[in-house]
Amino acid sequence: MRLRVLDKGHRLRTKALFALIRAVSRQPVLDVVKLVTYRADFYGTPMAKVTHETMRGPSPWSVADRELMAACVAQTNQCEFCTKTHIAVAQQAYADGKPLAPILQNLDTAAVPEPLRATLLMLRKLTRDHAVSADDMRAVLAAGATRRQIEDALAVCFSFNVITRLADAFGFAIPSPEGFEAGAKFLLSRGYR
Amino acid sequence: MADFTQRREALVKRILEGAGKAPSSDRRSAFDNRGLTGPAASLVDKVAKNAWKVTGADIDAARTAGQSEDQLFELIVCGAVGQAGRQYDAALAALNAAAGKT
Repeated sequence: MRLRVLDKGHRLRTKALFALIRAVSRQPVLDVVKLVTYRADFYGTPMAKVTHETMRGPSPWSVADRELMAACVAQTNQCEFCTKTHIAVAQQAYADGKPLAPILQNLDTAAVPEPLRATLLMLRKLTRDHAVSADDMRAVLAAGATRRQIEDALAVCFSFNVITRLADAFGFAIPSPEGFEAGAKFLLSRGYR
Repeated sequence: MADFTQRREALVKRILEGAGKAPSSDRRSAFDNRGLTGPAASLVDKVAKNAWKVTGADIDAARTAGQSEDQLFELIVCGAVGQAGRQYDAALAALNAAAGKT
């Protein structure tokens, strides 16, 4: 972590919580946890309300679909921590054993429903180019996605265009495969609150 | 996701108008990616445009130029939220245009 305050600057009570997490999980505390608990009233608490709503609130998209969108945004922003985290969560949420990393590598040909494919392609372009056109949106609508689905996908995209930037800028450490699995299990069962 | 807009507005209001270690005007400049100077400006511009290129040297340069770690924490958060919001707003405008709304 590139800012020492995010690594070591927490209140005593939060440090005690970290010790408990390390003891129970037998894993280091993830840097994302350190970020959202540091001066939580500034960023962690208000952002958690946004992210929990986008990822676990009512939506025509499944939780697994939204986690795949998060991974797609993270991959486009070259954020290794978030890409691996949200592929792991989506993998557990779909629960069909189908590997997801190849889907993101080959979105144009992957076996996914057309509305989801078109939405992921649009999110990728928005994240990479910082803008999309009306024609891009018409293509998503023509693929069968509803306006509500597109709006919800854009909300997911907002959340992860924030989080991935912070993960990259603050230099989040990359956990072990066991650490990713444990983190994914936690996010799937508890959400982002 | 009926609450998304309200929750996003609350986040933006908190980071720009609430208490902070960086001056409110600097947080607004970071959010807009416009008006900062020196290493902090370069750092926030990277956060907005290609955050994966941020290095420890970028952080060190801003620290050496006088920004505290708490101020850098706030400016980086504001830079990230500001750029993500502009992307969201641009996409929503495109969706409205596609749907024939103004």
